[in-house]
Amino acid sequence: MGNLQTDESRASSRATGRATSATSKPLRAALFVTCLADSFYPDVGKSVVGVLRALGVEVTFPEGQTCCGQVTFNSGYWADTKAAAKRFIEVFEHEEYVVMPSGSCASMVREQYPQLLDGEPGWADRALSTAARVYEFSEFLVKVVGLEKIHATYHGTATYHTSCHMTRQLQVVDEPLAVLSRVNGLQLVPLRNNQDCCGFGGTFSVKLPEVSAAMADEKLQHMAETKADFVIASDLGCMMHLTGRAARQTHAGATPSSSVTPSSSLTPSASSAPLPMKHVAQVLAEGGLV
Amino acid sequence: MTNIKTPPGRSKPPTGQTPQTRGDRTPPGRSTVKIKPGSFRARAIEGLSNPYRRRTVAGVQDHFANLRREVFTELGNPEEWRARAAQIRTHTIANLDAYLEQFTDNVTRHGGHVHFAADAADANAYITRLAREKRARTIVKSKSMVTEEIGLNHALEHAGAEVIETDLGEFILQLDHDKPSHIVGPALHKSKAEIAEIFSRHAGHPIAVDTDELAAYARKYLRDKFFAADMGITGCNFGVAESGSVVIVSNEGNARMTSSLPKVHVVVMGMERLVPSFADLDILLTLLPKVASGQRTISYVTAIHGPKQAPDLDGPEELHIVIVDNGRSNMLGTEYQQALNCIRCGNCSNVCPVYRHAGGHAYGGVYNGPIGAIITPLMEGIEKWKDLPYASSLCGACTDACPVKIPLHEYLVALRRDISEAGIDSWGERMAAHLFGWGASHPGAFSMGQSILKTGLTATKVGPLGGWKSEREFPSSAGQTFREWWHKEGEREGERER
Ligand code: SF4
Repeated sequence: MGNLQTDESRASSRATGRATSATSKPLRAALFVTCLADSFYPDVGKSVVGVLRALGVEVTFPEGQTCCGQVTFNSGYWADTKAAAKRFIEVFEHEEYVVMPSGSCASMVREQYPQLLDGEPGWADRALSTAARVYEFSEFLVKVVGLEKIHATYHGTATYHTSCHMTRQLQVVDEPLAVLSRVNGLQLVPLRNNQDCCGFGGTFSVKLPEVSAAMADEKLQHMAETKADFVIASDLGCMMHLTGRAARQTHAGATPSSSVTPSSSLTPSASSAPLPMKHVAQVLAEGGLV
Repeated sequence: MTNIKTPPGRSKPPTGQTPQTRGDRTPPGRSTVKIKPGSFRARAIEGLSNPYRRRTVAGVQDHFANLRREVFTELGNPEEWRARAAQIRTHTIANLDAYLEQFTDNVTRHGGHVHFAADAADANAYITRLAREKRARTIVKSKSMVTEEIGLNHALEHAGAEVIETDLGEFILQLDHDKPSHIVGPALHKSKAEIAEIFSRHAGHPIAVDTDELAAYARKYLRDKFFAADMGITGCNFGVAESGSVVIVSNEGNARMTSSLPKVHVVVMGMERLVPSFADLDILLTLLPKVASGQRTISYVTAIHGPKQAPDLDGPEELHIVIVDNGRSNMLGTEYQQALNCIRCGNCSNVCPVYRHAGGHAYGGVYNGPIGAIITPLMEGIEKWKDLPYASSLCGACTDACPVKIPLHEYLVALRRDISEAGIDSWGERMAAHLFGWGASHPGAFSMGQSILKTGLTATKVGPLGGWKSEREFPSSAGQTFREWWHKEGEREGERER
């Protein structure tokens, strides 16, 4: 827990440059729910809405939203991705804040749109201006809403899954931990090799399923070793991949189906039941912040 | 222990366990999806089935990571060092022609010979001709990736010479007719027992599975070869333009013997290996061992300025430097130019999770790991190596780890874009992307598409998501979508609250 304090102070000191937390008029945020939350994890979307409203933020859900286009961008289909990027810009460019429960989608809009639309007349500036409005959920809480407003209680031990795009591209590292440090009763335990990718990687997971599953197996094993009650994450792609893999392992008995030998771990695979996973927003919502 | 997956083309699991029988729980992908032989995926599956290699590579990665953390802390501000190193390399590559000229002038001034080889055939022809002229029968070599790249050993052996690798790792691989699996630790994938078996076969008598005995065997055998050799061939870690020096680093000292004992020393270097000055070299030499293996410094750093000169007691009588292009100039002047910044430290592999599980051989070419997935297609043609840029989850660990700041994962995405723009991608994927692009700009169609994805695709075992279903379950698709909830309750709840 000692770490969290430093993380928190670092996060809040970084936050000062970007936005002020004490404003007189109520905050208004447009939710970009993301494809995965919309279809498979609606509860995450609902939790985001609940938490933001509880913190006094007015939440809107712009109708015309579709997808950020990261999957096609990363697969090399930049022309097709431009259609998604332009749509996103049209829908969100006039919002003051755009909040999304995904570090990966946020990094797509903030880091990749300006690159994708660079030099495209009429779009390059709009891409930059839209990018500046985008926040990942925990980042919004820290940088805009203000950490001191967060009070929740959730009894249990958890480990946090660091997602790659959020950490390395969006460079939002400390914020989710700072947010979680505001949850009474929640004990966070470290995860071995927490910087290692879980193996999702968008189309990587279907193009190289065996390698992807091997990466998941190692991650799941490290998670099991923490003896935590559950795992907290900020990206639903990782969650879908890891829970899907864990479910397959369970169905297949103690043996992972692709037979992926636990690698680094050099210790036999933990055969305990897979850990449940929750998004940061769900922890706050279930912890009474709705 | 878990079961070992059957690699394609083998009828039985290598460990002799019986295949699992799970009725309809058998992963559907396994039986329905044909895995192209010779593809990254096929080689990766082969790699996954080697538990020894996976444990070793993972152990080495974790060990290096710990050491690296320590030595980087000592360095003070590693980011500043990286920035400076990147700047040196980027500047050198941007002015490569001028530095090559300066380097060549200085080598020649010290009595060395320089040959520019446009491709592998050119380089091999020059070196084999030289070997014939010098009647070189025995040739010793120290570790060099570029000679692997051009297939020099094969060319020399074809010309009748005996070629001996003197780097311990390379020696093991040579005896076993195997290929390097890591840029820095070429025989990383071999266990001590395997090495003992290889050496015993070579010696004709059993050699114990014992590090000292194995090293003693190699040392004795190689020492005799060093003294018998007519020609020594080394690589070059850095060429210093201001002095014409060839700088070679090694932990075993074999590069020194290779470059100083035989009468003729041939240096084979990639054309991008230059640094402007010794001051610049200092920065790169400080970083190299730290990123390569978490070492503070390297055991041997050798700087060679020409052949033996008047007062020298030893050294070769002739020095030939073969500067190899072989596809490198394809990158010059393109967005991929920074790939030439690479100092071959292997750190991108040391941190790569795909490399960790699939192993170096999965990459198929001489250079493995993230940098291999980039330069192999760029040097040898993207059509031939078009599956390599997809051998990454784009986690970005490589980009963060690269001491010369090559945007590795961004290059991988850019190569995927090149593949789709060149029309050498798969038709199905292209159609899916077009459909997505259309759907993403038509919200009504898009949310319908989401529903189809949710209910339709997830229920089937084939189709584009077969790769998902082969290894994982889909989340349950019961219940309403967020959008449906928002319309029914979510939006109104907010209004009530206000
Ligand atoms: S790309 Fe960077 S990290 Fe990889 S081998 Fe080259 S210098 Fe090292």
